[in-house]
Amino acid sequence: MTDAALPNSPYALRQIVEARLKARHAQEKRFRAYGLIAISIALAFLFLLVGRIVAQGWTTFVDYRVTVPVFVDPQRIHADDIPGSNFDLMIADQMLARLGTKDDDVGTKSSKIMQIVSNDLGFQLLKQVRDNPSLIGKTITVVGPVKADGALYFKGEMKRSTPEAERKLDNEQLTWLDKMKSTGLVSSGFNTSFLTKSDSTEPEQAGVLGAVVGSAMMLLVTGFLAIPIGVLAATYLEEFAPKNRWTDVVEVNINNLAAVPSIVYGLLGLAVFINWLHVPRSSPLVGGLVMALMALPTVIIATRSALKAVPPSIREAALGVGASKTQTVFHHVLPLAMPGVMTGAILSLAHALGETAPLLMIGMVSFVPGVPEGFTGAATVLPVQVFIWENASERAFHERTAGAIMVLLVFMIVMNMAAILLRRRFERRW
Amino acid sequence: MTTQREDAHAHEAAPQVHIAVDKGHAALAALPAKIRARDVNVFYGEKQALFDVALDVPENSVTALIGPSGCGKSTFLRCINRMNDTIQGCRVQGRIELDGENLNDKAIDPVVLRARVGMVFQKPNPFPKTIFENVAYGPRIHGIATGKAELEAIVESSLKRAGLWGEVHDRLHQPGTGLSGGQQQRLVIARAIAVSPEVILMDEPCSALDPIATARIEELIDELRTQYCIVIVTHSMAQAARVSQKTAFFHLGKLVEAGPTGEIFTNPRDSRTQDYITGRFG
Repeated sequence: MTDAALPNSPYALRQIVEARLKARHAQEKRFRAYGLIAISIALAFLFLLVGRIVAQGWTTFVDYRVTVPVFVDPQRIHADDIPGSNFDLMIADQMLARLGTKDDDVGTKSSKIMQIVSNDLGFQLLKQVRDNPSLIGKTITVVGPVKADGALYFKGEMKRSTPEAERKLDNEQLTWLDKMKSTGLVSSGFNTSFLTKSDSTEPEQAGVLGAVVGSAMMLLVTGFLAIPIGVLAATYLEEFAPKNRWTDVVEVNINNLAAVPSIVYGLLGLAVFINWLHVPRSSPLVGGLVMALMALPTVIIATRSALKAVPPSIREAALGVGASKTQTVFHHVLPLAMPGVMTGAILSLAHALGETAPLLMIGMVSFVPGVPEGFTGAATVLPVQVFIWENASERAFHERTAGAIMVLLVFMIVMNMAAILLRRRFERRW
Repeated sequence: MTTQREDAHAHEAAPQVHIAVDKGHAALAALPAKIRARDVNVFYGEKQALFDVALDVPENSVTALIGPSGCGKSTFLRCINRMNDTIQGCRVQGRIELDGENLNDKAIDPVVLRARVGMVFQKPNPFPKTIFENVAYGPRIHGIATGKAELEAIVESSLKRAGLWGEVHDRLHQPGTGLSGGQQQRLVIARAIAVSPEVILMDEPCSALDPIATARIEELIDELRTQYCIVIVTHSMAQAARVSQKTAFFHLGKLVEAGPTGEIFTNPRDSRTQDYITGRFG
């Protein structure tokens, strides 16, 4: 009776199969199309993101500098108090002379010059004269940046068409800028100072070096703590610990820790490391400690899954020739798990590199106008630097925000490349 | 044509088997027991896998453990080098003596024991290292070789005894995983030999190999028999008949029957043995 449900000829059977075949192929095609759409959307967003950042930030890497020879007039230098001399005014006068005009009695024009030329030139002049007083009476050429507002005009961000009252520079200053450019007093080039200087209150003098070094030092602390501790903890849990209720509790807690919001780690760091252990606040050390706590669960989970993926036959082989448990693990299992361990470690370090919230809690969000002085000195890191600049009121800082993000992305790409290279080195077949 | 050739092959092989069995039979009684197992019970958690197994394994001979899947033959094998220690929830009771010493004694260090009792597994499992490193690993961790020259000598003699030297002597520093399955299995045997064991345990060593590689391993087992006590678990009754002098038949965790291979295969005392070797189950 049951046979009646089946078509009795092979031909009819084939027809049924073929009728379904079309639907099966269509299903596969649909699935592939969905996949392609998903990837395209992801790529589009990636390009949009990177494209916007680059479009906004590339101008950071172009700077405009003033090159001006200044006659160090002995009459205007207080020989007994060189730093008390007004070097800014000397430069302003020199600039005005080059622009074919002169300062008035109340100094209106010289102060207008000082709004478009960085005070860095005055500092340079002061430093040179102070270090070498024999320069008095001679002509020194100093090079320094145009102030941020002037640079914005050159970059087209500030337009002459905007009503004068609504811009920071008046028509005369814009005319001067045009003339400075046409006479070669101002030249443009690659902004190396963005990469070689640290934070500053003046946008044109602000750079990311301090933040890059701060990030690197913090990651060093994080890596040296989180990777060995995490790998050893995972190895113990996976290879040595008995599987019982206690290890289950530990495992569940580690998984939960990986999902704890990062700001909570910041609070923990503040309470434990700063208030209790008195680690200096806003230092790479305390930042690295907090980040290590945050990275540990990730490192442990990644290492455990890498260890689980090592075939048991390798363990049996080693134990079979009389290797002890420790020898088995450290000679065979862990080396084979190394690619996975590396991936986890680098992922967690990359995460630590981009983390901001917990660092705000431990005082890393501060104005640090220099490279950190050691692991206990004050420091800031790249994402926090981005955060600080984004909050700044001056418009020129916003351009630097995008520039700093570009540096951060490059830092991350370099780290990931290193990870891939390391993984290749460790990868073995079995 | 093919059937004819197979027939010819069978005729060729058949007398060899008989000679081997006869030789073994005669010699077996004279051989002292290397391993004596008494009242061995093994539990995996609540489940009992072996029931009161008592078996003597004679020296300088091959003992085959046969039986259907899940009968406990591999479990018994793994008791001999205490590999079961590594399985969580596994308990071994009873006495297993190696030269009169109880292996389950607390004083026995499994690390030392496993140097005395080597093991070859079902799937060839060379380390993902060079051929040299594979063989040198055991002597190195046990501190058997004191110098580079000595280590090289051990590697060479082990590979020679495993019949692999001729094939690999010019590529010792290439990965062991690059060898063929049969070569890998012989490499693993060389690795076991390198620490000068007294007993070699083999857990279905040929089940992942083709017939030619299998024949090569079987030849090797026969050569090694003169120096080592070999215990082999096999699913192939033909293999048991070809290589072993003593056979033990396990069924549902119990040792049903053990004796000279010829006797087990030609004149089994137990009906279950009879049914198994004639292919009625298993």
